[in-house]
Amino acid sequence: MKPGHKFLFGAVLIVGSVGLLMFQGVKETGVYFLTPTELASKASADPTFHNVGVKMGARVVPGSVVRDAATQTVDFKVTDGTQVYPVTYRGLVPDTFTDASDIEVVVEGRLGADGVFHATDVLAKCGSRYEATPEAPAA
Amino acid sequence: MTLLGQFSLWVALLIGVFGAVLSFSGKWQDRPDLERTVIRSSYALAAALLVASLSLWKGLFSHDFNIEYVAAYTSRNLPTYYIVSAFWAGQKGSLLFWAVVLACFSAVAQWITSRRYADLLPYVAGVTNIVVVFFVTVMLFAANPFARLAFIPEDGRGLNPQLQNIGMVMHPPMLYLGYISVTIPFAFAIAALLRRRLDSGWIVAIRKWTLVSWVFLSIGIVLGMWWAYVELGWGGYWAWDPVENASFLPWLTMTAFLHSVMIQEKRGMLKRWNLSLIVATFLLSIFGTFITRSGVIASVHSFTQSNVGYFFLGFLLVAGVLSFTMLYTRWDELEPDAKLESMLSREAAFLFNNLALVGIAFSVLWGTLFPILSEAVRGSKITVGPPFFNRVNVPLGLFLLALTGIGPLIAWRKATARNLQRQFVLPVSFGLVVTLALVIDGMRDLYPIMTIGLGAFVLGTVVQEFYRGIRARRRMHGESIPGAFFNLIARNRRRYGGYIVHVGILLMFIAFTGMAFRVDQEATLKPGESIEMRSPYGGTYKLTHLGVSQYNALNRVVSAATVQVDYNGKSLGVMKSEKRQHVDSFGRPTFEPSTEVGIRSDLKEDLYIVYAGSVNGTEEAVYRFTINPLVWWVWFAGMVLVVGGILTMWPGGGGIAETRRTQAGYEATLVGAENA
Repeated sequence: MKPGHKFLFGAVLIVGSVGLLMFQGVKETGVYFLTPTELASKASADPTFHNVGVKMGARVVPGSVVRDAATQTVDFKVTDGTQVYPVTYRGLVPDTFTDASDIEVVVEGRLGADGVFHATDVLAKCGSRYEATPEAPAA
Repeated sequence: MTLLGQFSLWVALLIGVFGAVLSFSGKWQDRPDLERTVIRSSYALAAALLVASLSLWKGLFSHDFNIEYVAAYTSRNLPTYYIVSAFWAGQKGSLLFWAVVLACFSAVAQWITSRRYADLLPYVAGVTNIVVVFFVTVMLFAANPFARLAFIPEDGRGLNPQLQNIGMVMHPPMLYLGYISVTIPFAFAIAALLRRRLDSGWIVAIRKWTLVSWVFLSIGIVLGMWWAYVELGWGGYWAWDPVENASFLPWLTMTAFLHSVMIQEKRGMLKRWNLSLIVATFLLSIFGTFITRSGVIASVHSFTQSNVGYFFLGFLLVAGVLSFTMLYTRWDELEPDAKLESMLSREAAFLFNNLALVGIAFSVLWGTLFPILSEAVRGSKITVGPPFFNRVNVPLGLFLLALTGIGPLIAWRKATARNLQRQFVLPVSFGLVVTLALVIDGMRDLYPIMTIGLGAFVLGTVVQEFYRGIRARRRMHGESIPGAFFNLIARNRRRYGGYIVHVGILLMFIAFTGMAFRVDQEATLKPGESIEMRSPYGGTYKLTHLGVSQYNALNRVVSAATVQVDYNGKSLGVMKSEKRQHVDSFGRPTFEPSTEVGIRSDLKEDLYIVYAGSVNGTEEAVYRFTINPLVWWVWFAGMVLVVGGILTMWPGGGGIAETRRTQAGYEATLVGAENA
């Protein structure tokens, strides 16, 4: 075998294993990223969809946040305007997670058969976080 | 002042377009006066944008809150150095920053590039002008930093507290300097294609520039990791977030380029590959800016969505299509001068290194874009996170680490059994001994064992090189050991600087393994209560909550929680973590409260304390404690990497003559060693 061919063989081996690793990686670690409405339609179409790990992107319903500092549990509701889901999460929420205004959150976890979303991770993204809009002085 | 700034942007636009049109018309090729005009358009562009930048800074420093940008990112009580950094803290300002820095870089490139490449320079000016024009266009038509508000707020919003950190003052400009300076090598590559001067001349002309970009990008990435670690409070430094990935992508392709370019210099191979890599690096750096600044991909870091994204997307498409079309039409002129002769050769090792780096880049790009791709193809958004990236990249990273040891030592063209034996017996044995020691010691985690074992092998190769070089110098010049050490590096900066970079890389790899052993615990403690945590090394921490105190500081209200730390019964002192509520000069709260973590760092591990808040306003506090092994080594490795990179590019250490001397020195070393 010529060196050029040998190299080609090695190259195919590397490219192939990268491809395989990526394919398996997506298959085994990929999670759905859904809005509450999409989650509702998937869960009603397929009851086994409960307890599948998903990410849900939505807004926190203002005023719905209930914190229990002693057990480090946070309960709140999220919505995309049509579908509302209660979420329960045990752990520390990020600084940007407040119920002062309707902030965007991404919750990762699973929808239980009880209709409550059990989150294992909460990410908060505040639209005004780095792009603050100045407000007119109050008259 | 905004009028002046606005006016300068328009002037810059006109100069840029004029210079670019003249450059690409090619009319200057037999008109020296026009050639000078093209070059001067580069200088004029830099001057116009400097005026624009100064007027933005003037607005920031004079608290002209009628300017939207000034009101959005500063406040009266913001410390001065953060006002400086507010220039690039927001989208609009960072676009101006991009444009002005690129214009200055291109002026410097015109100024310092040797006359030998004079026939490339007008085209270089044309390419850089076009890129600057793109940024100026975005500013003028979509994100104007000089836009005024319809009213005058009495105070600005202030800078986001998470950006009020010295790492964050330096991180974006470093990253941007890296992104931006890539444009210069790209411009030379395009100029070479346009001029059909496809020897390796353009590569020699830009070697320093690629190293400069690489060093800036490396500093930017490491600072970003450090900022995430001390400021974001989740306890890690790398989350495979889209914005982090975006900075990693051009770094990968540039690293590949820095290696494969050596093969072109020495053997005249890989010409097409090198051109493709430099084009890809440029596109990825624009892509990085696009990801960071457009919010197309949901990221915790990214800015709100805006139509700036469409400009970037359009520019990426046009630049990509034009560059690769040009490459395609010159394909036949880029015939390699030599062929691969053996799999056991430096060429082959470098080729595999390039494949692995590009493979990593591809998988990272794929994973970053996967939510968009899956939505387009299958109709539902699927995201991949750290498990995906680690799964794909850890094996590839280990393969690369092994090549880091093999590449620099294996012979060019075809390695003989003698070469292999001479170079590898000791380092491989050292790697095996270390691996065995770890296993005997009871470590059972495959990847960490492999990382440390391979790291030991690479370290062995570098130490062996330094040892041989020092010995040869001592024999030939009778120098002392430290003298020989310094002269060795000073006389062969490229080679030994490169080895130092490799040491940085292997240390970084080993430091990363520490995260596999991290320990995490959350606790709610009343004053006086304590918990115990076991360190992965076997010791025990006792953490006692002392209390929470509140006070006012410069531009914030602080609640500080203090913890007494004992390790194996010995006191290590008191640590604190804060919750900060930033306020404006009227005492009104700005932004959400932010957390200031407490970190105690030593060579073995970091103790990382996050105070998450109090229970109903009492002094009962909620904490998260994390033990992160080997984090100090990440920062140290970053510094080694950067020092090595700077040594490699230090003026005087390059050039063709220097390369010849290096080779001669190497042969002398060989002879010296053979006689031993």
